[in-house]
Amino acid sequence: GDNDGEREHQKLLEAISSLDGKNRRKLAERSEASLKVSEFNVSSEGSGEKLVLADLLEPVKTSSSLATVKKQLNRVKSKKTVELPLNKEEIERARTPLEQEIFNLLHKNKQPVADPLLTPVEKASLQAMSLEEAKMRRAELQRARALQSYYEAKARREKKIKSKKYHKVVKKGKAKKALKEFEQLRKVNPAAALEELEKIEKARMMERMSLKHQNSGKWAKSKAIMAKYDLEARQAMQEQLAKNKELTQKLQVASESEEEEGGTEEKVEELLVPDVVNEVQMNADGPNPWMLRSCTSDTKEAATQEDPEQLPEPEAHEVSESEGEDRPVAEEEILLREFEERRSLRKRSELSQDAEPAGSQETKDSSSQEVLSELRVLSQKLKENDQSRKQKASSEGTIPQVQREEPATEEEEPLLLQRPERVQTLEELEELGKEECFQNKELSRPVLEGQQSERTPNNRPDAPKKKKKEQMIDLQNLLTTQSPSVKSLAVPTIEELEDEEERNQRQMIKEAFAGDDVIRDFLKEKREAVEASKPKDVDLTLPGWGEWGGVGLKPSAKKRRRFLIKAPEGPPRKDKNLPNVIINEKRNIHTAAHQVRVLPYPFTHHWQFERTIQTPIGSTWNTQRAFQKLTTPKVVTKPGHIINPIKAEDVGYRSSSRSDLSVIQRNPKRITTRHKKQLKKSSVD
Amino acid sequence: MGEMETAPKPGRDVPPKKDKLQTKRKKPRRYWEEETVPTTDGASPGPPCNKKNRELRPQRPKNAHILKKSRISKQPQVPKKPQEWKNPESQRSLSGAQDPFPGPAPVPVEVVQKFCRIDKSRKLPRSKAKTRSRLEVAEAEEEETSIKAARSELLLAEEPGFLEGEDGEDTAKICQADIVEAVDIASAAKHFDLNLRQFGPYRLNYSRTGRHLAFGGRRGHVAALDWVTKKLMCEINVMEAVRDIRFLHSEALLAVAQNRWLHIYDNQGIELHCIRRCDRVTRLEFLPFHFLLATASETGFLTYLDVSVGKIVAALNVRAGRLDVMSQNPYNAVIHLGHSNGTVSLWSPAMKEPLAKILCHRGGVRAVAVDSTGTYMATSGLDHQLKIFDLRGTYQPLSTRTLPHGAGHLAFSQRGLLVAGMGDVVNIWAGQGKASPPSLEQPYLTHRLSGPVHGLQFCPFEDVLGVGHSGGVTSMLVPGAGEPNFDGLESNPYRSRKQRQEWEVKALLEKVPAELICLDPRALAEVDVISLEQGKKERIERLGYDPEAKAPFQPKPKQKGRSSTASLVKRKRKVMDEEHRDKVRQSLQQQQQQQQQKEAKAKSTGARPSALDRFVR
Repeated sequence: GDNDGEREHQKLLEAISSLDGKNRRKLAERSEASLKVSEFNVSSEGSGEKLVLADLLEPVKTSSSLATVKKQLNRVKSKKTVELPLNKEEIERARTPLEQEIFNLLHKNKQPVADPLLTPVEKASLQAMSLEEAKMRRAELQRARALQSYYEAKARREKKIKSKKYHKVVKKGKAKKALKEFEQLRKVNPAAALEELEKIEKARMMERMSLKHQNSGKWAKSKAIMAKYDLEARQAMQEQLAKNKELTQKLQVASESEEEEGGTEEKVEELLVPDVVNEVQMNADGPNPWMLRSCTSDTKEAATQEDPEQLPEPEAHEVSESEGEDRPVAEEEILLREFEERRSLRKRSELSQDAEPAGSQETKDSSSQEVLSELRVLSQKLKENDQSRKQKASSEGTIPQVQREEPATEEEEPLLLQRPERVQTLEELEELGKEECFQNKELSRPVLEGQQSERTPNNRPDAPKKKKKEQMIDLQNLLTTQSPSVKSLAVPTIEELEDEEERNQRQMIKEAFAGDDVIRDFLKEKREAVEASKPKDVDLTLPGWGEWGGVGLKPSAKKRRRFLIKAPEGPPRKDKNLPNVIINEKRNIHTAAHQVRVLPYPFTHHWQFERTIQTPIGSTWNTQRAFQKLTTPKVVTKPGHIINPIKAEDVGYRSSSRSDLSVIQRNPKRITTRHKKQLKKSSVD
Repeated sequence: MGEMETAPKPGRDVPPKKDKLQTKRKKPRRYWEEETVPTTDGASPGPPCNKKNRELRPQRPKNAHILKKSRISKQPQVPKKPQEWKNPESQRSLSGAQDPFPGPAPVPVEVVQKFCRIDKSRKLPRSKAKTRSRLEVAEAEEEETSIKAARSELLLAEEPGFLEGEDGEDTAKICQADIVEAVDIASAAKHFDLNLRQFGPYRLNYSRTGRHLAFGGRRGHVAALDWVTKKLMCEINVMEAVRDIRFLHSEALLAVAQNRWLHIYDNQGIELHCIRRCDRVTRLEFLPFHFLLATASETGFLTYLDVSVGKIVAALNVRAGRLDVMSQNPYNAVIHLGHSNGTVSLWSPAMKEPLAKILCHRGGVRAVAVDSTGTYMATSGLDHQLKIFDLRGTYQPLSTRTLPHGAGHLAFSQRGLLVAGMGDVVNIWAGQGKASPPSLEQPYLTHRLSGPVHGLQFCPFEDVLGVGHSGGVTSMLVPGAGEPNFDGLESNPYRSRKQRQEWEVKALLEKVPAELICLDPRALAEVDVISLEQGKKERIERLGYDPEAKAPFQPKPKQKGRSSTASLVKRKRKVMDEEHRDKVRQSLQQQQQQQQQKEAKAKSTGARPSALDRFVR
């Protein structure tokens, strides 16, 4: 009754719920037995329990077919296995000799064998320390760690400070403090101080090795950029350089004689090094191997020239002789003559020196002669002037020293100004200047004379001599050719008159350029260019097609001829008859992009069209009037003039039936009817 | 580029140049005056310079010569008949007197010819009537404009200066002091020496107007000044080696090739740019119409920098080692580079390879210069030769001369004078006229400087040569060097700041694209034949037939029974046969010509006639 009622109620509910279409599928009620039982149609109605799929899968009765296997498994499980950290008893049972040995070792070192956590020592210490002590120690350690972290943070903060002044101050303070401490230490404990000193020395060495202060840092680089404009930056850089020098300098240890020698050596070095620098700057041609070599040779010369002034005479003589040997053959005569003169002079001076004891009692004459002889070593290059100058010099040899000083200072100034880079070694230069002044004066005098006196060919070589140092290749030219003069220039052609001279010159040039045959190279280049520009033939022969093929076999000539497509020969090259010229035949696409590429209407050949565009229209090439005329528009309108739209009549167009205009004019009725129709249509829509 | 003869403009050169190097000013001639005016010129007082038996004589007035010529030549070139110009009413004047010179003034043929640009040497194929009328119009236009230009030649009033020795005296012996003594004060002030011994040999450059001078010493001294008034614009030391210096399009900008990079300064000496892409530059050239700064570097690169937009247009690898010899061809803006293997190569930014290569010397090339018309190139090499080449297609040496020292620097003046710097001597050669190459027989002038020459340039529009040397800068007088008439709208030495600004804008608007630089500057007036042909071929392919091909003959239908099929065929055959015959005739002619040529060759190359041939019968 009640149950039935409930079921009815359930059914009703289900029916209602299935009405909305979501749960259409009707659960089929099993009413009769059937062979096919689907798991989908199983319902657990009436039982009031939920049906679980797993229950259905299980056999009705648990069979014991697997019981034996289970048993076996259980047995295996219950069996005890060997656990890896072996028990003590098991360990004690060390059987093999190797094991025994290992145990022995472990025992000896008191290493834990069974319990790996604590060694006996640790255990002992644990026993020794009480809990409180341990806590205290831990706290101490914690504190230290905290302090360290504070310190690190502070240091980091300080490091981040960008103020340079601050850092400078800090650094200075530190240095001062260190110095003070060191002083104190020296008083209190000399041994410790010595150790400290060694430490400092070591630090210096380290710094020296690390190549600091060498313009390679970030700061130095930035300063180097600014140094060109900023005086302060320049100074800072120089300071740094000085510091570098100071650091890298080898510390001298005692012994006065050694010091002297070293000093002189350094002096020579200092004299030389900036010279090299200056030469490079003067040439200003960068890393040109030719120039560099000439530079080094210059410095060598300078060295050799420097030496005779300081070294005793015989050596100077040797050096000058070796120098003389370097010179080309053409000069030899002059040089030989000069050497003889010098020798005689030196003999005389030596005689005079022999006669009177060396020192302050030298006569003025002999000293001046000595100076002159030195001068000659230096200024050998003045070839033709030498003779006259020597006479002059010997006659003027007794000019008092005071008079000589004046022009020297005059000459010194340009010398200094010519080398603006040479800042560091100004003092050396001043010293040098005193030695050089004589030479300079002697050099300058003939130049001045040359300017003042009439232009005679004798004076010419002065200027080329200056050039000598600048250009390496020029040297030979200057050596071989005679001095230019207006008269020689006025000679009509050299082929006619100066045959021999020219032959000589040609010989010289041939010798100079023996290695590179310019003409052959050029012809080769031209041949290559011609080959490259020729259109290529297309070879379509297939080796081995229709005949035997393989290694060493070539297709027959007949076949090759047959399948070779010859490229059409292009127009003759422009430089065909010009042996000394290679003209590029390649098409200039960039220019072609600006050229006209389509012929306009009435023209049939491009020559015709070219004629019409050959006259320029721009005002650059025409008079103003012509320009205006060429550029007048076809139709000119006045401003303000009303331009009516074009009518058919304007164009000369007779009204025709096709044109809408005429249609409208002729039968306006038809158009109105069409309009009406359209209106109707639109209203319907 | 000055590729064509530009027409003289009326009223352009308004400020007359009184300071031309002429010893006397001429009286303006009036048309009523007699034809024998030149005699009065000789009588007019000249400066007292006859102290040393030499005289600077003024040239014969040019226009007198022209008038004479035109009288004789009765204007065959002028197409407009005088009747057209003559107004019958104006001819009959109030006084009843007749105009003694009826019609427009005659124009000399040569001058008109100078302005004609249509190349009439090529014979045109037969053209249609419509085309022919177009051609006629173009020709008429050309004639008219050239006549107008020739007429306005009259406005070029100034004449070039000159120097003449008395009865065969060598002008080379006249020294600067004498010239300065002879000329007027204003011109004498143009000779000066700047003694700058401290900062090494100087390179120098005049601005395009010739008014400003910039020089840079190798030890870093850079200065720019208005050299006429001697007003210094700026003077700085760049603290670096200066290799070359050049004005850009106006005197307001200055490019300096320094040791490391290229720098650009303004006329106050303020550094505007440092161009690091152009490093280790040795020589500079500025192409004014393209606004290109060409730099040759030690690393062997030729770089073109467009200064109007600041972009590098092209960086060409020359593959010839270090470059330190460069000059530009003012006619076509091609850059000439001299190399150590004795060749001179011609470059344009549009091509990766040289346009041409010329073998000039046995040794390396030391200096190259191209004259203002782009016709002649002077080169000097390590073999001490000075050669002048013809650049009009042949590239052959016209004259060669061995100098005792070989020239290290060369420069051409506007009127074609050639200067060579050899050591500390400067030699100047002059040609016969403006268009002729300088004859190297005898120097025109020589001068000795206080140091070896390092830079040379003639001042444009002035008879002045600037020489930079190790002792400073010298400005020397060279009569007849500069072009006497300047174009006031193009390069006006007297222009104000406003005028300069205006000119700058116009010049920028007329800037020539860099890719248009090629050997023939008139290439733009030619049709690109290759693409034209290509286009034609493509069109034929597309259409399937040649639209321009001649249509095959189609006989017209005739009446009265003459239009039978047989007769039509006959007529067709007739035309075909005629065409065939024409072809045969042509080919026969060609064959004959070829045979003749062969025979001529065989004759010329054959063995020399023996003496015994005369006995052969």
